[in-house]
Amino acid sequence: MVTEFTPVSAAIGGALIGIACTLLLVLYGKIAGISGIVKSVFAKANSGSRWQLYFILGLLLAGVAVRVFAPSLLEGELQLPPWLIIVAGLLVGAGTTLANGCTSGHGVCGMSRFSTRSWVATCTFMLVAFITANLVG
Amino acid sequence: MKAIMMVFIGFIFGLGLIISGMTNPAKVINFLTYGNQWDASLIIVMAVAMLIMMLTWLWVAKKEKPLISGTFNLSDLKKVDSRLIIGSVLFGLGWGLSGICPGPGLVQLVSLKMEFLLFFAAVLGGMWLAKKV
Repeated sequence: MVTEFTPVSAAIGGALIGIACTLLLVLYGKIAGISGIVKSVFAKANSGSRWQLYFILGLLLAGVAVRVFAPSLLEGELQLPPWLIIVAGLLVGAGTTLANGCTSGHGVCGMSRFSTRSWVATCTFMLVAFITANLVG
Repeated sequence: MKAIMMVFIGFIFGLGLIISGMTNPAKVINFLTYGNQWDASLIIVMAVAMLIMMLTWLWVAKKEKPLISGTFNLSDLKKVDSRLIIGSVLFGLGWGLSGICPGPGLVQLVSLKMEFLLFFAAVLGGMWLAKKV
């Protein structure tokens, strides 16, 4: 599927992501790492505060609001056979758990802090994703 | 109050993912694929978000604790180990195949499309498996 280069909406969206990460860090000292947040809500019973659950609720509400008011923004489909969808999901879940982070935690929050681990992680998954997408696509 | 703020922050993050186009796997795949359909939007998204966060980190470095509550509970891991590398390779494989990372995967649950529900269930399965290792 052909997509247009959309620098303006990309910049606005990127700014909103940066602002959300900033609010979470500046107000509460937390990192907006989605894989970690998902893991703490769905994959283990985390005692103490449940901020992650509320964060996910907000994320889903954004999806619901856009679906109601501007559904065309939420287009997109996975053009893969079901077995490959399962394989890809398993890889994403296992990989981000072992690496302790994904595009948000390592990519946005970690690299901007000049964390070595985050730079190594992001360069690695970017490179592997490039190779994979080119081989498959 | 904290709950409402967290919902709000999550909402902003989700809105950012959607407006940026990153919830559309085709945009991510077209960024990752070399050719005349190359879509560079993802770079702009990352660059703007990172730039804002760089300024935020400069501010954080001068502060003792967060403005509302808690402490800066940040990772002090330094070591680049095999778990980090292997994990990143696996994640890169899954991301390159699907064009979906955890954030967009979560947001797309609201589409109620079978493919996204299946993907997210598999992500949870992968997390569960990795914790057994």
